[in-house]
Amino acid sequence: MNLDLAGLAFDTGGRLLIQKVLAGLPPGSTVTVTGRDPFLTLHLRAWCRSAGHGTTAQDDGAVEVVKGRPDADRWAHAERAGEPGAVARRPPGHWGLAARGALLETGGPEPAYELADRDIVWADLAPRLYAHAAAAQWDPATAVPWDAPFTLPADIEAAIVQIMTYLVENEQAALVIPARLLTRIHPHFREVLGLLAVQAADEARHVDVFTRRALHTGGRMGSSSAGGRASLASLLAEPDFTLASFLLSVLGEGTFVHLLTFLERHAPDPVTRAVTRLARADEARHVAFGVAHLEHQSASDPTMLGRLRGAIERRHDMLIDTAGLNQDVFDALLLLAAGSWTPPALHRGHLAVRQLQADMDTGRRRHLSRLGFPDDEAAELSALHTRNFM
Amino acid sequence: MTAFTMGAVAYDPKVVTIWNGFRSWFVASGLPFDYVLYSNYERQVEDLIAGRIDAAWNSPLAWVRARRLAEAQGLTIRALTMRDTDRDLATAIVTRADSDIASVEELRGRTVATGAVDSPQATLLPLDHLRRHGLHPGTDFTVRRFDVGVGLHGDHIGGERDAARALIAGEVDAACILDGNHLLFTKEGVLPSGSTRLLTTTGRYDHCTMTVTGSADPDRTARFGELLRSMSYADPAVRPLLDLEGLTSWEDGRTDRYRMLEAAVTAAGFYDAAGTVTAAEYQP
Repeated sequence: MNLDLAGLAFDTGGRLLIQKVLAGLPPGSTVTVTGRDPFLTLHLRAWCRSAGHGTTAQDDGAVEVVKGRPDADRWAHAERAGEPGAVARRPPGHWGLAARGALLETGGPEPAYELADRDIVWADLAPRLYAHAAAAQWDPATAVPWDAPFTLPADIEAAIVQIMTYLVENEQAALVIPARLLTRIHPHFREVLGLLAVQAADEARHVDVFTRRALHTGGRMGSSSAGGRASLASLLAEPDFTLASFLLSVLGEGTFVHLLTFLERHAPDPVTRAVTRLARADEARHVAFGVAHLEHQSASDPTMLGRLRGAIERRHDMLIDTAGLNQDVFDALLLLAAGSWTPPALHRGHLAVRQLQADMDTGRRRHLSRLGFPDDEAAELSALHTRNFM
Repeated sequence: MTAFTMGAVAYDPKVVTIWNGFRSWFVASGLPFDYVLYSNYERQVEDLIAGRIDAAWNSPLAWVRARRLAEAQGLTIRALTMRDTDRDLATAIVTRADSDIASVEELRGRTVATGAVDSPQATLLPLDHLRRHGLHPGTDFTVRRFDVGVGLHGDHIGGERDAARALIAGEVDAACILDGNHLLFTKEGVLPSGSTRLLTTTGRYDHCTMTVTGSADPDRTARFGELLRSMSYADPAVRPLLDLEGLTSWEDGRTDRYRMLEAAVTAAGFYDAAGTVTAAEYQP
C-alpha cells in the first residue's frame, strides 16, 4: 500500500494519517510512505521505532513501514467492563474507574472496593432517583428571597437562629456520611455513587442556606449541645453501608422531613419558609433512596430486619446517658409555633410540638412497616429512635 | 546462591520502578536476580570489568569503554540484548527556519549547540559527523555545550532541550538533536513545527545494550538473556514496565552499529584505546 503525505509534515497531521492507515492492517503489513516535508523521514522513523513498527528507507526517499505487533498485543486479551445498560452482580476490582461497558486493556491496578456487591449497594430505583435529583437542584442565590424585607420580635428571631444552628450541625453529619460511603462503593454502580454525591451536595447547600439564615439579621449563632453532637457522632460511627443508610436516611432524614414541614408551616419570615421548604424536598428524595435500597436488600437477605433492629438498639444504648434534644432547640420550636409569649399561645405551641413528635413517630413506624417489621415491633423500635431527631 | 546481579544507572527515579518490577518477574521465573544502581556509567563499567556485577545495562558510550577495557585486559565481552528501540537512531543538525545558513559548510565560523559532554547522540556523534564534513569542533566552529546530567551519557534529555531552546532564542546558529527528541520538542512546543530547518543527519547507529563479560556464570547469563527475550508485550504483568523502559521487545545484541561511535570517541579523545577516560572537562 502507498501513502503520499504530499506537503503535510509528520508532526502537523501526518502521524494521524499514517496511524489511521496502519490501524486497518494486520501486523506484518507494509505501507510505503512518501512526502515532501524535509523532516518526514527523520520523524517517521523515530516514531515507528518507539511504536514498534519496522522501517526501511528507500533510495527514492520513500520510507517502507512494516506494521509491528505492539498494538495487537496490547489489546489481545482486552475485555468489556460489563455492558452499559446492565448492572453486574459482583463487578471485579480491576474494572475500577472504567466506564461501564468500556474496553479494558489488561493489567493496571486492582483496587479492592469494600462495597462491590449489587445486593448490598443497589436499588432499582437509583437511576430514576438520580435523574430526579439532578433535575431538582436549586440555586441558593436565586431560590431564596434573601432581599425580602421583614422584622421579627427579638425572641422569635433568637428561636430561628437556635433552630438554624441545630439544623446546620445535623446537615454536616448528613453531608459526611454519604460522602464517606461513596468512596467505598465500586464505581460500576455509578448511579448509586451519583445519588450519594448529589445527596452530599444537597446537604452542603442546606448547611449554606441555614447558616446564612441564622446570620441574616446580623446576630451570632446559637448553641450546640454535647448530647446533640453525641447523637450525631453515633451516626457517623456506623461502618456498615446498609445500617448507616438506614439510620441516616430512613430514620434520621425521615424524621427531619417532618421537622422541616413543621418549620415551613410556622416560619415567621419568607427566608425561613423558603430554606425549610427547599431542604424538605431534598430530604424526601434521600429518604426514598434509603427505603428503596433497603427494600431491594430485604428481598435477598432474610437476616436484614434483625440487623436493622440491632442497629437501632445499639444506638439507643450508646445514647441512653445523653440529654437528647438540646433544650434550647425544643424551647425554640415551641416558641416558634406559639408565635408570642401569651399563655394561650404557648399552650398552642406546646400542642403543636407534641403533634410534631407524634407525626415523626407515625412516619418512622410507616417506614419500618414497609421494610417488613410487624406493627408492634415498628412502634417499639420507633420509640427507641434518638430524641435528637436525626 | 547469590543472585545474578545487574547494574543500572539511576538517570531517573523511574529506574527503580522498572527494575524492581523486572526483579520480581525474574525471580518468579526462576532466576535469582538483583540489581544495583550507579550514579554514573563510568563506575558501572569499572565494576562490570572488575567482576563485581554480572551484567551492565549500558549506554552506547559505556559499551565502547567496556569493550576497550575488556580487550585491554584480555576479557571476553559481548552485547547480550538490546531494546527494539535501541536500533537505528539518527541525530539531526538543525538551524532556525529563517537562518541564512544554507548548507553544512556554512556552519564554519558559527556556533553549534550540543548536549552534555558525554552524550553520544547529542554531542560525540554529531560533532564527528561535522568533522567528516571537514569542520573541526573548536577550530572551524564554536561548540556551545549544555552539560546537564554529566556522567549519564546523554540519558538526561535536559541538555538537548536547552540546546533547542538556545537555537530558538537565537543564541546559537545550529543544534544537534536526536531524531525522536526533535519530534518530542515539536510536540512540547520547544521547537514549534516549521521553526527549524534540517541541515544534515548522521548515519544510523545503535543505542543501549545489555553488556556481559566472560566472568559471569554462563548458564545464568544465558538464562538472563532468554528471559529478557521472552518478555511479551501481550503480557499485562510486564507491559507497563516495557512502556516505562521504552521498548516493545528485547532483541539480540549487535555491535556493528557502534562503529561510528567508536570512531567519534577516538577522534574526540574521550577514551584512549585501553578505555581510560581522557576527555577534558569530563567529571561524572
